[in-house]
Amino acid sequence: MTSVPISHILFVSTALFFIGMYGLFTRRNMITMLMAIELILNSVNINFVVFNKYLYPDKLDGIFFIIFIITIAAAEAAVAIAIIINLYRSHRSIDVEKATEMKW
Amino acid sequence: MSASAIIFYIIAAFILAAGIFAMTTRKIFRSAIWLLFSLIGIAALYFWLQVEFIAAVQIIVYVGGIVVLIIFSIFLTQQSGKEMPRQPIVRTIASALTVLCGFGLSFLQIWKYHFRPAGKEFSWTVTKIGSQMLSTTTGGYALPFEVVSMLLLAAMVGCIVIAMKAAPPKANLEIKQVEKINEGPTITVKEISEV
Repeated sequence: MTSVPISHILFVSTALFFIGMYGLFTRRNMITMLMAIELILNSVNINFVVFNKYLYPDKLDGIFFIIFIITIAAAEAAVAIAIIINLYRSHRSIDVEKATEMKW
Repeated sequence: MSASAIIFYIIAAFILAAGIFAMTTRKIFRSAIWLLFSLIGIAALYFWLQVEFIAAVQIIVYVGGIVVLIIFSIFLTQQSGKEMPRQPIVRTIASALTVLCGFGLSFLQIWKYHFRPAGKEFSWTVTKIGSQMLSTTTGGYALPFEVVSMLLLAAMVGCIVIAMKAAPPKANLEIKQVEKINEGPTITVKEISEV
């Protein structure tokens, strides 16, 4: 298990975070933007596990943070999808460029 | 290189490739399926890190819950076979550059900071997690647990309120109620006669 340095695991989580950021920048469809946010949250979870396991092995705080993040991510996804479906019902589109009524 | 390290690099490549495909493919349904594979890869990474509880939670909540929710909302809102419109090339290049610069800076900091592993064995049990989650002493997580349960309740009520269709006009409701009241006694009379 010690054959893989910590920085290699952190490379995966950092890369995943920035892949999610790229998706958030380039996508204009609300559902795909939500997917990008899920990727970002998951990359943070990997960091919590790695830091808890390798740097503070006698504590469990990282595990608790992951459980709470997953719960909040589930609630956030549910609320976001409710908003998306409601927006689709009134505007017939879920493109963020077209949802300009609340802009100013 | 040990077998464990080889497995890690395979899992890492799988996660990153699936993530990149999920964020670049122009068909939204394929994007959701690639996201599903990426999340399964992250669960595999948790198995590799030997935190099986978190891996199980990851599979249940993300793979079984959130991705299914996303796929349902794709079916409800658009034609899944249609390609999404192409973004302006300037935006793609600018965001790719931003992301690469950000990744370079962050990873440089991580690379220069030498993490010193504590060297001890990481031991967790579900019993330990459960008792610390509900303990009210120092280091217990009872208060965040309750706060999160309130948040879930609020999110559930919020979802129902947002997604609810507009209520029908009031006049109709009153008529229906009157009809129900009228129906009430007749049913009881029938029941009595049957008895």
